[in-house]
Amino acid sequence: MLSRTADNLFWIGRYMERAETSARLLEVGARIALLPSTGHGYRNEWDSLLQASGTAAGFAKKYGDPVQRNIESYLFFDRDNPSSVASCLERARENGRIVRTALTAQVWDALNTAFQQLRQLEREERSTVETGRLTEWTMRHAAQVRGAIDTTLLRNDGYDFLGLGYRLERADNTARLIDVKYYVLLPRADYVGTGLDSYQWTTLLRALSAHRAFHWAYGGEITPAKVAHFLIFNRQCPRSLLTSIAGAAAHLDHLATAYERVTPAQDAAESLRDEVAGLTVEQVFDEGMHEFLTRFIRQIDRIGAVVHETYLSGETR
Amino acid sequence: MTVSYFNEMYDGGAVRDLYAALEGWTRSMPAELRQMKQAEAEDLFRRIGITFAVYGEGGDPDRLIPFDMLPRVFSQTEWRRLERGIKQRARALNAFLVDVYGRGEIIRAGRIPAHLVYGNEAYEKAVTGFMPPKGVYSHVVGIDLVRTGPEDFFVLEDNCRTPSGVSYMLENREIMMRMFPALFRENRIEPVEAYPELLRRTLASVAPARCDGEPTVVILTPGHFNSAYYEHSFLADLMGVELVEGPDLFVESGLVWMRTTEGPKRVDVIYRRIDDAFLDPLCFRPESMLGVPGLMDVYRAGGVAICSAPGAGVADDKAVYTYVPEMIRFYLGEEPILQNVPTWQCARPDDRGHVLDNLGDLVVKEVHGSGGYGMLVGPKSTKAQIAAFADQIRENPGNYIAQPTLALSTCPSFVAEGVAPRHVDLRPYCLVGEKIELVPGGLTRVALTEGSLVVNSSQGGGVKDTWVLAE
Repeated sequence: MLSRTADNLFWIGRYMERAETSARLLEVGARIALLPSTGHGYRNEWDSLLQASGTAAGFAKKYGDPVQRNIESYLFFDRDNPSSVASCLERARENGRIVRTALTAQVWDALNTAFQQLRQLEREERSTVETGRLTEWTMRHAAQVRGAIDTTLLRNDGYDFLGLGYRLERADNTARLIDVKYYVLLPRADYVGTGLDSYQWTTLLRALSAHRAFHWAYGGEITPAKVAHFLIFNRQCPRSLLTSIAGAAAHLDHLATAYERVTPAQDAAESLRDEVAGLTVEQVFDEGMHEFLTRFIRQIDRIGAVVHETYLSGETR
Repeated sequence: MTVSYFNEMYDGGAVRDLYAALEGWTRSMPAELRQMKQAEAEDLFRRIGITFAVYGEGGDPDRLIPFDMLPRVFSQTEWRRLERGIKQRARALNAFLVDVYGRGEIIRAGRIPAHLVYGNEAYEKAVTGFMPPKGVYSHVVGIDLVRTGPEDFFVLEDNCRTPSGVSYMLENREIMMRMFPALFRENRIEPVEAYPELLRRTLASVAPARCDGEPTVVILTPGHFNSAYYEHSFLADLMGVELVEGPDLFVESGLVWMRTTEGPKRVDVIYRRIDDAFLDPLCFRPESMLGVPGLMDVYRAGGVAICSAPGAGVADDKAVYTYVPEMIRFYLGEEPILQNVPTWQCARPDDRGHVLDNLGDLVVKEVHGSGGYGMLVGPKSTKAQIAAFADQIRENPGNYIAQPTLALSTCPSFVAEGVAPRHVDLRPYCLVGEKIELVPGGLTRVALTEGSLVVNSSQGGGVKDTWVLAE
């Protein structure tokens, strides 16, 4: 397929996943803000969320102090924020419009419907729109797009580029969400194990729609080690780092088979997958969670760059 | 002065046979149902993504072109005559193009002035002496027709470059079939859905000599910001070919290649939807980012086919238009089946005098204008507008032609108050390759504003389904 088409498909996946993550982030923030202790000695959680999503500077420039209403606007509606739900949905749809020929009517319909409804949502009075509704709305539309992809799209190379975009973005986003909790929200060791600590872990799991799944898989008390294992190593958890990177590697594997050619992209994804699979929770804690996650995110970036160079840039020979 | 217009549905108070079924259908449709169906149609158009952006108007890029659910009908007899006339014209136009880039017989014979051809800005010196595969320059000829009476059809203009709108012909039908299946069971309507396959075959049939095996056809689009992008992607999808932009293509070893995820893939036929000037920055506009450097060299060496062929525009210019009946006689030895609208060339002093004296009754157009821009509709203009236009004509007479204001036929249309007559035209799409083919139908454009004669979508025109009834 055309390199440019593959590129558009790849970015539809990335933008759709990113839209969902921004909505999840909004959910984490809104729930943590419900805690009575907010503002009593901790760093402002909202600020931390912006830090984690890499949008703090842009926000500060536009709005100044982090106030909940402004953050909601920024993370959901603001077109100046490239990661906002609105920006991501709009760009996913624009990419879809460009490659209409590579999508089924159902996938296009799902992308376009989300965009059209977003425009309606933007016209509503802000005070009548609850944060919870925004998050649910995003999840629902993201699910409709994924569902249409899953049930109607031909399993050809286009499907793999789309899936690759989703998986790489998800790997990156889950890592960032864990980092929010682990590094940014609770920087002082003496809070570990307190009620606040456990509340934050629970919130993180909820944000990843993994709260019940976690209990089902591990049972008992929520401990950092268990959550870390669940979100990093558990292959049953659909958003864990290992599931995401293994999924990306599988899509690349399909491409190598279909094109009868193995490239540095396959090597890069497989080596990261094998590296993560070979680690233990203890080793991660020893290295330092933040350090591990930072390294992981950088490696995902590198895979993205290699994929671009290999398949999407049009320089393939 | 009252002008009487030919009404395609009613003959005085009586319904014409052709429209009997539709008349009953509109009569039996309650207003609420009609509104509901209208909303449903709009929703379908929006969901499929057929929208139309008007150049230079800003506003909503996702604006819908208005869809009138009341179809227009032609009988088999009417259509057969149109079909013969259209094919005849498409053949003559292509013969003309081959001639003027070759020996120029028609000019030597004194049947058309040389300066009108060689001095034309659409004349492409870069392809003089070049014979495109199968001798075809214009592969999709869109011929705009208007009707003024039962037997009276006039050609308003020819479009030999890249006529657009065929996606509306196909989607209008698709949506009508989806919303009103009973209509199609009860009436025997010739299908138009073969168009994309015929187009693909037409394009494949003009693959260059150097192509071995099954030709790879692509559509070249200026990109997704173009107002016709939907149509480009729609056709690519239905033909099963790649939709490429300039940067997706490159020239190497005397051939054209596209950049794919598996490496370069050779391209044999390019159905381009960009103008000549943007095809190749080395040959035409050096600053253009839309084209492919070196493309014209490959083309002239027979390494790739470009459809329509560069230079085809010289045949559809409004001044050359006057001579199409002459072309038909000269190349085919036939009498034209479809008439031209009488046209005055403002460049000729006699014609100019007549035009300036009668501006109030005439329609004046720019020779290279399109889309309903830069024209004067005399009977609908104020004295001041007419005076201003007269100055423009005196200043640059060669830029204008004038025609009588035609009494365009009307078809019934759904409007806010119910059903009312509105003026229409018709654009069928004639395919020219190894064979000449035409699907039974075309795009009917309708001037939805009461009394308006301008059907262009950029000027508030709408579209409707066009039926050719089977025998």
